[in-house]
Amino acid sequence: MNTKGIAGMTATTASALSPRQRYFRPNALWLAAPGLAFLAVFFLFPVLRLLALSVQNPASGAFSLESYARIANTDVYLQVLGITFKIAGNTAIFSILLGYPLAYWLAGLRDGLRERMVLLVMVPFWTSYLVKTFAWMVVLGRTGVINNMLTGSGLASQPFPLVYNEFGVMVGMVHAMIPLAVLTMMPIMIGIDRRLIQAAQALGAAPAQSFWLVYFKLSLPGVTAGGLLVFISSLGFFIVPALLGGRRETMLAQLIITQVQELLNWAFAGALAAMMLVAALVTCWLYDRLFGLSSLSGGETSAQNGGSGRLRLIGLAILRVIAKASAMLADVVRKVIGTRGAQLLLPIYCALALAFLVLPTLLVIPIGFTSSQFLEFPPPGYSMQWFETYFSSPVWLSATLRSFGVAAATALCATLIGGLAALALARSSTRWGGVIFATFLAPLIVPRIIIAVGLFYLFAQIGLVATDMGLVIGHTVLALPFAFVTITAILKNYDWRLDQAAAVLGANRVKTLFLVTVPLVKGGLVAAFLFAFITSFDELTIAIFVSGGIKTTLPKQMWDDMILQLNPTLAAVSVVVFVIVTVLLLLAERFRRTA
Amino acid sequence: MTMVAKDGVTTPKLIIDGLSKRYGDVTALEPTQLNVPTGEFLTLLGPSGSGKTTLLQMICGLVEPSSGRILVDGRDQTQTPVYRRDIGLVFQHYALFPHLTVAENIEFPLRMRALPAAELKQRVKDALAMVQLDHLAARFPRELSGGQQQRVALARSFVYQPSIILMDEPLGALDKKLREHMQIEIKQLHRETGATIIYVTHDQEEALALSDRICLMNHARIEQLGTPHEIYAKPATAFAADFIGISNIFRGQVDTSSGGEIRLSTRHGSFRLPSGATSVGKEAAIVVRPEQITLGSDKGNTVMGRVMDTVYAGSETRLIVDLDEGETLIVRLPPGHPVPAFGERAALGWNPDAAVLVP
Repeated sequence: MNTKGIAGMTATTASALSPRQRYFRPNALWLAAPGLAFLAVFFLFPVLRLLALSVQNPASGAFSLESYARIANTDVYLQVLGITFKIAGNTAIFSILLGYPLAYWLAGLRDGLRERMVLLVMVPFWTSYLVKTFAWMVVLGRTGVINNMLTGSGLASQPFPLVYNEFGVMVGMVHAMIPLAVLTMMPIMIGIDRRLIQAAQALGAAPAQSFWLVYFKLSLPGVTAGGLLVFISSLGFFIVPALLGGRRETMLAQLIITQVQELLNWAFAGALAAMMLVAALVTCWLYDRLFGLSSLSGGETSAQNGGSGRLRLIGLAILRVIAKASAMLADVVRKVIGTRGAQLLLPIYCALALAFLVLPTLLVIPIGFTSSQFLEFPPPGYSMQWFETYFSSPVWLSATLRSFGVAAATALCATLIGGLAALALARSSTRWGGVIFATFLAPLIVPRIIIAVGLFYLFAQIGLVATDMGLVIGHTVLALPFAFVTITAILKNYDWRLDQAAAVLGANRVKTLFLVTVPLVKGGLVAAFLFAFITSFDELTIAIFVSGGIKTTLPKQMWDDMILQLNPTLAAVSVVVFVIVTVLLLLAERFRRTA
Repeated sequence: MTMVAKDGVTTPKLIIDGLSKRYGDVTALEPTQLNVPTGEFLTLLGPSGSGKTTLLQMICGLVEPSSGRILVDGRDQTQTPVYRRDIGLVFQHYALFPHLTVAENIEFPLRMRALPAAELKQRVKDALAMVQLDHLAARFPRELSGGQQQRVALARSFVYQPSIILMDEPLGALDKKLREHMQIEIKQLHRETGATIIYVTHDQEEALALSDRICLMNHARIEQLGTPHEIYAKPATAFAADFIGISNIFRGQVDTSSGGEIRLSTRHGSFRLPSGATSVGKEAAIVVRPEQITLGSDKGNTVMGRVMDTVYAGSETRLIVDLDEGETLIVRLPPGHPVPAFGERAALGWNPDAAVLVP
C-alpha cells in the first residue's frame, strides 16, 4: 500500500463515521455482551422479581406489605431472623480472629513455600460443604470421635452434647468460613511493603508496635473485606445449621426452603429472601460508606487513610494504645518463654489451625473403607463393601453421571462467557469497567439461596424445572464469577504487544485470538474450566430446587440421605467427591500457575 | 590507613570490628574493619553485590552479622535489636507510611520515644521547615512528587537526631536533574545538623560530590578507603581506577631496562614508570587519566593510534583513539585546543609521573 492510500484511509475513518456508525463500531467491550445478557436474564431479573413478589398480594398481585407484616407479627420468624444475624455475625468475627494469624503467617512465607502451604487452605475451601459437614457429624456426634475418646479414656462419664446445638453450628460454620476469610485477607497482606515494617523498627518501633501501627492498619481493608464476605455468605447458610444445629439454630435459608418446597408459599418465601438480600445489601452499603467497595478488588481507596478527620485520629490513637500494651505484653512473654519460644508461637498456632481445617475431612476416608455397619472411628476393620454399595446403586450412579454431565456443560459455558467478558475488560478502557466487573462478581456476593429461589420461580414458568438445562443455567450463574476472575487475572499478565505484533505481521483479530492469545493463556482457561466444574459438581442449593424427582445430582442425593439417616455409604460417597474435587483443584492450581 | 591519623584522639562514632556476613557458601561481606569519626559523611560505593548494602543493613540491625562487632560511641551494639539502636535509615523507595500524613510520618519516631506533646510539635515543625515542606504537612505521601517524598523521608530520619543516619541509595529513584538538586540539599542538611552519615550508592559521581571519605567496595570487601581526591588521584587498584572517573589502563610486567631503569613492558611498548616504583618482575598496570594525555610525543611515554571519534561535551572535547596494538584510549582536550580529524593518525603522550602504578 502506498502512503497516499494510507493517508486517504485514515482520513475516511476520522471523518466519514457518523455518530451512529461510531457507536456500533466493533469494540472489544461488546464481547462482554453475552455474559451481561445472560446475567440480566438469569440473575438480575429473577432476584429483582423475588423482591417485587415480596410486596405483592399473592392472589391479586396488588402492592401489599402483608408478608412483611406477617414476619413482624410472628415471634418465630423474628427469632429466626435474630438467630441468622447472630450466627452470621459470630461466624464472621471468629473466622477473622482465627484466620488472621494464619493469613499473616502465609503472607510472610517466601513465594514458593507459600504456594504449597496455601493449598492446605484451598483444599478445605473447595471441599464440598456436605462432605465437611458430614465429617463434623462423625467427629462431634454423640457416639462420635471426640466423645468416644473422652468416654473411652475415662475423662468423661457420659458423652458431651457437641452437636445439634449452637456449639455444633459454630464449629461447622467457622470451619467452613475460615478459608474464605484467609484467602480474602492474604492478598492484601502480601501487598504490604515489608520495608515499611523495617522502616518502623529503624525509627524505634518495637516489633509489636510496628505490627499494630503499620502492618495491621494496612491490612484492615483485607480484614473488613473478609468479614463482609463471610458475613454475607453465612447469612444464606442452611447445610450446617440443618445438620449440626437443633431447632433453636434454624436459620433464614432453612425457613425459605420450607416455605417453597413444603408450603409453596411464594410471596412469603420472597419476603424472607428479600429480607436476607436487604440485609446483605445494607451490609455492603455500610461497608462502602466506611471503607469503600473497591478495596474488595484490592484497589486503592480512602480506606488507606481509614476515612477522614476525627474518626481516623481516634482510630490511630486506639491503635497506639493497643500497640503500647502489646509491646509490653510481648516483653513479658519473651521473658517467660524466651525469644526462641516466642518466635515459635505463630508457627505452632498455624499448624494447629491448618490441622483443624484439614483433619476432619481426612477422617472420612478411613470411615469410607469400614467393615462396620456403623460410622465408627477408628473402623473395626476395612472392606470395600460401601464402595460396592455405591457403585451398584442405580440411584447413586445416575446422580453421579448427571453431576459430571452438568458440571462439564456448566464449565464450558462459564469459561466461554466469562472468558469473553474478561477479554472485553482487558482490551477496552471504559468508565463502565468497574460496573461490569462488579456485575460479574455479583453472583458471588448475593446469597445462593436467593438466586436459587428466584431461578426456581422463573424456571417453573418456562418449564425448566427438573431439567438438566435448568441446572446448567443455574450453575453457570454461580460458576461465572470464578471463571471470570481466573481469566481476568491471567490476562492481566498477558503481553498485549504480542497481539500487536501478530496484527502487524498480517493476522486479523480472530486469527490473532486463536493463533496467539488463546494458546498463550490456555493454562488460565483450563484453570477457569476446572474451577467452574468444581463449583457445579458440588453445588447443592440450586439443585435442591431445580433437580426434582429422579433427576437428582450427587450433592442433592447426599443431602437427602444425610437428612434421612447417616450411613457408611455416605462416607464412601464423600471420599469419592473429596478425591475428585481435590484432584481437579490441584490440577486447576497447577494450570493457573503455569499460565 | 589515613583515618587513624586524622582522628586519633576521640573515640570514633562508629567502629566496625571484623564484621562479616555469610549466607551458606556465599560470602556477602568478608571480615571488615572500618572507623567512622563523628560528623563524617562516608559513602559506601561499589557495584551491586559488592557488599555495601549488607554492611549498611548490619549497621542498622536489619541483618545479623556472622562475626564481628559494631560499636557506636564505644558501646557494643551488635546484639541490640533494630528499634533500640537509635539509627536513622533512609530507604531507596522512601518507605513512607501510606496511611499516615506527612506530619504523622515525621512524628512517628518521636512518638516511639514518648516525647512530650509540646516538644514533639515543635520538632516536627522544625523538621518540616528544614526540608521546606511546611505547606504539605497534612497531605498523604501518595499526593506528593518523588522529590517531596524523599524530603519527607529525610526529615523523618533527621527529626529524632539519631547518632548515625544511614542512606541506602536514597536518590536512586529520581531523575538526573532532581538527583543533583537533592544532593545539594542532603549536603546542606549534613552541614546544618552535623550528623554522621553513611551513604550507599553505586553512582561514582554522586559519591565524589557528597563525601568526606569514600569507602570503595568490591567482591564483598573494602577495595580502597580515602577522600574523593585521594581515590581519584591515587587509585590503589585497577578496579578503583576503572570504577571512579575515566581511566586508561595499560597492563604489563615490571622489568629493568638495559639502562637500569625500571619500566613496564606492555604490548603497546615499554613505558617509563612514576618515580619510586619498585616490584620488579610482577604483573602490574599503569593508570593514566584522560586529562593527563596530550597530543604529541614530547612527554616521555608515547603511543600511536588513529582517531576514531570525537565527542564534544561543552567544556571539553573527548577523543576516542584506536591504538595500533588494539584497545582504545580516551583523551580529554581542553576547550579551544585544535581537534584532529576523524581517521587521522596521532601520537599521544604523557608525563610518567602523572600516571599511577597499580598492582
